[in-house]
Amino acid sequence: MAVGKVTFSKAEREKLAEVLWLLNWISVVTGVTLFALGLFLKVEIQKWAEVMSEQGTLYVPHMLITTGLAACCINYLGGKICLDCADTNKFLRWKLVMMPYIICTFFFTSCVLAGALMCYSIRSQLEESLFLGLRNAMRYYKDTDTPGRCYLKRTVDMLQIQFQCCGNTGYRDWFQIQWISTRYLDMTSSAVVDRLRSNVEGQYLMDGVPFSCCSTFSPRPCIQQQLSNRTAHIHYDQQSQQQNLWRRGCRQALLDHYTGIMESIGLTVLLIWLFELLVLTGVRYLQTAMENVLRLGDPDLESDGWILENSLAEMARSNFNIIKNLGKCYQVDDDPNINIPTAAAEREVSSRQVQVPVTG
Amino acid sequence: MVVMKMKFPFEKRVKLAQGLWLLSWCATVAGATTFTLGCVLKTELRRRAEVMDNTDVHIVPNTLMIVGLASLGINYFASKICQDALDAGRFPRWKNFLKPYFAVSCFFTVLMLLAVIMSYAMKGSLESSLKVGLRNGIRFYKDTDTPGRCFQKQNIDRLQMEFQCCGNNDFRDWFEVQWISNRYLDFSTKEVKDRVKSNVDGRYLVDGVPFSCCNPSSPRPCIQYKLTNNSAHYNYEYQTEELNIYLRGCREALVNYYMSLMNTIGAGVLSIFILQGSVLVSLRFLQTAMEAVAGKENTEIETEGYLLEKGVKDTIMEVRSTVWDVVYSQMSPSF
Repeated sequence: MAVGKVTFSKAEREKLAEVLWLLNWISVVTGVTLFALGLFLKVEIQKWAEVMSEQGTLYVPHMLITTGLAACCINYLGGKICLDCADTNKFLRWKLVMMPYIICTFFFTSCVLAGALMCYSIRSQLEESLFLGLRNAMRYYKDTDTPGRCYLKRTVDMLQIQFQCCGNTGYRDWFQIQWISTRYLDMTSSAVVDRLRSNVEGQYLMDGVPFSCCSTFSPRPCIQQQLSNRTAHIHYDQQSQQQNLWRRGCRQALLDHYTGIMESIGLTVLLIWLFELLVLTGVRYLQTAMENVLRLGDPDLESDGWILENSLAEMARSNFNIIKNLGKCYQVDDDPNINIPTAAAEREVSSRQVQVPVTG
Repeated sequence: MVVMKMKFPFEKRVKLAQGLWLLSWCATVAGATTFTLGCVLKTELRRRAEVMDNTDVHIVPNTLMIVGLASLGINYFASKICQDALDAGRFPRWKNFLKPYFAVSCFFTVLMLLAVIMSYAMKGSLESSLKVGLRNGIRFYKDTDTPGRCFQKQNIDRLQMEFQCCGNNDFRDWFEVQWISNRYLDFSTKEVKDRVKSNVDGRYLVDGVPFSCCNPSSPRPCIQYKLTNNSAHYNYEYQTEELNIYLRGCREALVNYYMSLMNTIGAGVLSIFILQGSVLVSLRFLQTAMEAVAGKENTEIETEGYLLEKGVKDTIMEVRSTVWDVVYSQMSPSF
């Protein structure tokens, strides 16, 4: 009732060992690829880390980096083991290590799968992080004299120029915050004072955007001020308005950018996971085949290899029994001296039995 | 009067042939690298072709590409020759091939050196080409509705943002040109009418620059218009303001960029030239050493190798007379 039973002749076992040695070395290369992908993702996220609110998104590249390093070590060891497995004498050296190695590799392979799935699931968290981060960045745009925030203006400008976007959701986000510092506002001018008084918080709000929102595709010089007032600019029709500034919001632009990167990385990691699974299956077959050959005694005979010795249900049952019996370890059921009455105890029992009929 | 005579015992010849074989394969890779460097330079020059008036400077990458391809062929033959060099029976079949081969190889190797020298010499030509190209670009900035010029605005904007520069020599070039099209000017307002009347050609000139001149590193929002008017903006002095717009001119920025690119490429090509030269010199020594072996019974004798049989002047005169004879014999059947 073994799961996936395959019979291996001696030549087939040796061929399997050779093939697995090669596959393990290829897996070392894919492990390096995984490490490189993790590093690349980390660098990309760090590039725009200032417009993200918390660094919760960094666990994905860290996961990829650690699994990449683990892949290199595990598959390097696997390569060594498989090379020795072709010969039954050398296999004896690794016999005790094989089972823990296979269990380790199984857990590591599931980590790789988890890493791949994380790449796809991080989108909503990233969106939230970008929304908050961009909102703060735009709020502190004017604070070029505050330590810790003095480069935020430059970052936001470069972001809007590079990703061809404006604002958080759209260019109107700039209308709702004061992005011109009071250092550059003439407080003696009545126009400025009127504007400051016109809203509750005393902020200098205007229907204008920074220069970095200007689209290079527009046929006319950029209109940055009085954007809501159609009559302020000549021939400012619908098409002019569409082409004047970048239409996309920076949150959407960055989300698309990172989702694209992570989807390709996720796909590559999935392929690597499938490959690792293949290698793991091969190693398991090799291990069981070699153990069976040793049990048979003659290294030239055919032996069986399998994935699981019994079916899944039986294995679950036997494991459950083991766990159940672990709890009974202090109950010595098979102690031969229990329940066998001693001579003194027998006499006491018989005297008690004699007394009972007298009273009854 | 033999130039650079050296003795070559048998083992030294063998070592020379083996070393040369390896060297010629390295030189083949180097030749491919030269070709790639030429392609890279050409791509970079073509990317900014809209702001260059002429393509004179393209002679540098073109030469590099030709030399790269030629050196692939030269080094391939070099490796084949030195493979046959150790076999005294096979070597004589190269006899007639070697003289023209050396002539062609020397020509292309010298051409490689010329390419490097040209990349420094073409700086002036590049600069004048950029001067005219940028001047036209700035002049036609507003003509986004004229076919053939509609992308000038986009190109100039992208150029200024990417190279962090403004204008041709500096930002004042924008003051002398009407860069806002008449389609977007309200001729009913007094201000526009005054400005248009204020100069001879009836152009709308402003002391302002396009948004692409704005420097993102400036601590204050960009001031684009009324740049020379200190009172138009609060707390602003245009003489001392350095961070508001880019102060560098685009011509200077582009020339620096291309010269640094050509310097890097020139350094690489120079080292490849030295490698190629050493391959040819070693091959010449091998050839002359093996020629002395030809016809002898014992192929393991010590022979002498040299660079030139006669002195430099005599060789040049001999080459010249050979070339004359060839040209004369080509021309005479036509009579």
